Amino acid sequence: MHIPPPRQSLLAGKAALAARLRSVLPDDAVIDDPHETRAYECDALTACHCPPLLAVLPASTAEVSAVLRICYEEGVPVVPRGSGTSLAGGALPTADSVVLGVARMNAVLEVDYANRFIRVEAGRTNLSVTGEVEADGFFYAPDPSSQLACAIAGNIAMNSGGAHCLKYGVTTNNLLGVTMVKADGEVVEIGGAHLDAPGLDLLGLICGSEGQLGVVTEATLRILHKPEGARPVLIGFDSNEVAGQCVSDIIRAGILPVAIEFMDRPCIEATEAFAHPGYPDCEALLIVEVEGSHAEIDAQLAVIKEIALRLDPVELRESRSAEESAKIWLGRKSAFGAMGQINDYMCLDGTIPVSQLPFVLKRIGEMSRDYGLGVGNVFHAGDGNMHPLILYDANKPGDLEKCEAFGADILKLCVEAGGCLTGEHGVGVEKRELMGAQFSSDDLEAQMSVKDVFDPDWLLNPAKVFPLALSAGRRSAA
Amino acid sequence: MRPESEEELAALVAGARCPLRVIGGGTRPVGHPPEGAVLSAAGLSGVVTYEPGALTLVVRAGTPVADVEAVLAGENQRLAFEPMDHRALLGTAGVPTIGGVVAANVSGPRRVQAGACRDFLLGARFVDGAGRVLKSGGRVMKNVTGYDLVKLLAGSWGTLGVLSEISFKLQAIPEAEATVVRRGLSAAAGVAALSAALGSPFDVSGAAHAPAGVLADEALTLVRLEGMGPSVRYRAGRLAEAGGEIVEAGESADLWRRIRDVQPFAGRAGALWRVSVKPTDGPVLSERLAAAGLKHEALFDWGGGLVWLLVEERGDAGAAVIRAQVAASGGHARLERASAQTRARVPVFPPRPAPLAEIEAGIRARFDPRGIFNPGLMG
Ligand SMILES: Cc1cc2nc3c(=O)[nH]c(=O)nc-3n(C[C@H](O)[C@H](O)[C@H](O)COP(=O)(O)OP(=O)(O)OC[C@H]3O[C@@H](n4cnc5c(N)ncnc54)[C@H](O)[C@@H]3O)c2cc1C
Repeated sequence: MHIPPPRQSLLAGKAALAARLRSVLPDDAVIDDPHETRAYECDALTACHCPPLLAVLPASTAEVSAVLRICYEEGVPVVPRGSGTSLAGGALPTADSVVLGVARMNAVLEVDYANRFIRVEAGRTNLSVTGEVEADGFFYAPDPSSQLACAIAGNIAMNSGGAHCLKYGVTTNNLLGVTMVKADGEVVEIGGAHLDAPGLDLLGLICGSEGQLGVVTEATLRILHKPEGARPVLIGFDSNEVAGQCVSDIIRAGILPVAIEFMDRPCIEATEAFAHPGYPDCEALLIVEVEGSHAEIDAQLAVIKEIALRLDPVELRESRSAEESAKIWLGRKSAFGAMGQINDYMCLDGTIPVSQLPFVLKRIGEMSRDYGLGVGNVFHAGDGNMHPLILYDANKPGDLEKCEAFGADILKLCVEAGGCLTGEHGVGVEKRELMGAQFSSDDLEAQMSVKDVFDPDWLLNPAKVFPLALSAGRRSAA
Repeated sequence: MRPESEEELAALVAGARCPLRVIGGGTRPVGHPPEGAVLSAAGLSGVVTYEPGALTLVVRAGTPVADVEAVLAGENQRLAFEPMDHRALLGTAGVPTIGGVVAANVSGPRRVQAGACRDFLLGARFVDGAGRVLKSGGRVMKNVTGYDLVKLLAGSWGTLGVLSEISFKLQAIPEAEATVVRRGLSAAAGVAALSAALGSPFDVSGAAHAPAGVLADEALTLVRLEGMGPSVRYRAGRLAEAGGEIVEAGESADLWRRIRDVQPFAGRAGALWRVSVKPTDGPVLSERLAAAGLKHEALFDWGGGLVWLLVEERGDAGAAVIRAQVAASGGHARLERASAQTRARVPVFPPRPAPLAEIEAGIRARFDPRGIFNPGLMG
């Protein structure tokens, strides 16, 4: 992955910049020691790394504003960072940038059950938002698998999803308002505890803008009361086609499960060996979870079972207890770890129309043979969001490059099948150069012109999302 | 002008020498009446792809809403966000189009549970002010590729671009619905009951309060449940433990259609405001307006957070006092219906704080550099 070369003038100005930043932040909130800045050299896309010039850890919106004002005046690029779990290199620095981490801003500011919202500082982790309201029966719906670590800030920037988004939507559908600091240090309030925008929907624009339009410091989030119960069922099939058919039959029948997860044979075998969840020996496995009162769960599962039995499953296992539910989920939850036991892997994130599932899985299998790299598929089938995991050996010269080429081919296949490059992980640096497969240059120009409005000098996360050649003029004009 | 294809639309816009009044069916004349030659999107009609098994629909923007609903009903599906029909309320005739729904981000009572129109948009194609055909999003359920310009277009009232094609996420029509009806509560007590219901595990899909004389002689507090038959019966029963009777099926649907279309205030004299506030602020707003001497009638939807206010159309139609109260608590107020004279005098859309006004102006300048789309409609 190409990282644009640093500007020498900025590297030379490091000491002066650190001194200016220390004039507005406590001493320990400015990190300039080259050993310590290494901690910020990458996110969860570990194949790419580059230590930043400096890292800062402001503790309030006012401090974020002061930092951005200085960087704006000095013309220094800023890379906003939550918890650094991006799989797309969204928080990857350049050598001449300041990483602005919001981890110290993690307070709960307001909880209001009558109006069903919580207001938090943006560095708070996803799971601890739910943690704050759980005892009272409430939860925050978007639940990325990284929820123990990832921050609301990163969730907003990436418009993150989760296993339960089929029913509850992704971040943008659960975000009511933000406090955001623009690149020039100006603080803006968008949205709030009320619904919908009075003018243009700037909140909808900011969610998913990958830290390129402003630094989010506070967020108002919708919270919901938990349903009375939830129960999964596990269904094994002897072909991907039939499993895909089952997914679409369930949806057509008018059932809206909270989750429909899909695993293919390589993934099933890997998780079986790793976590021993006791999965059946089959080509494709679905985990379908429904929620509600006991009556509702029973009624929904009855329909799902009827649909599945018509398709002659290898196995149909309904959970009868909390332990059995946990066992059904165990394999799915350890799938990434299991694949990681076999080798290094790259996790992709394209989305396809559900009807294309069998075709795309077949093509991925063929490409896997052509490239000579193994691939396992585990994904959110209800919404067509695939997560092919390509196995490679980081120590074997050329393997990473081969893996990247294979990944790019899979994502282009997703676009050709009527889908998109990324369903929830974001573009970052990883998919930047593939954007032309999905968008025309006019489409991309329109998006870049939106960044011009918020950040005319292109200082915020400049080398992300757009193909470097397309954004070059804007980035160098700064 | 009534282009029949996206290319024709793009050519017309590129060649336009004067402002354009962009309309779908012309049934939602909200905002400052813009000047210009009428550009109707109604010629861009028809379903492009419909995949019931994936809950997705791609449709041309000029397609009548009724046609969309009929096609979906054929597969027992629907638009989850329950868009209102503005015709009776605004006294308009014509055929509402799906593009108009999106341009105005029209969402009905199910907004509290399912989300707004903007939450169900998977992608859109549109023509910007320079005549470029652009797209954002796609037709799949999950997509974070690039900026979400679709959200920006929803609720932009045709001022950023002319929609040509829209993709929606759909919802299955549930087997059953029921409404728990409580009578005689004050607005504050009614909204408190709605908060309790919305904060329960029972997945409420509609929560409204109509003070005495609005829907019925007595005040009605309504909570809707939808889903599979046994489940709806169970949840309605649980919620009715706090009081109230249960009405089902057609009777329930009829109540919500009247709320969705603000039917009690259709055909009534006076100006109409649409206010969005934090739900528990709804009744407080009404009390404060009364205390400030503004005579009004109110209908509360969205658990109390969407307040329809019918006021006498005199002077500024209450704009100053309403907006001052809303500003104090947070929220926004739009003058949904008033005579052209009043709308020429009173900002229809809420004035924006300076930094946001600047951002919005910047965005408009990029998407419509010549300022030809519905100039001034949003203020
Ligand atoms: C094991 C694992 C599982 C995962 N599972 C899922 C999943 O199920 N669903 C899913 O959607 N994602 C998943 N992810 C991806 C990742 O966790 C999400 O993208 C997450 O939202 C990133 O949050 P973060 O706080 O770590 O952000 P970071 O990685 O720190 O940053 C992500 C992006 O946000 C920007 N950003 C950070 N803070 C701010 C701010 N204050 N203002 C503006 N921009 C900011 C950054 O510049 C960057 O572009 C997973 C990752 C891992 C490692």
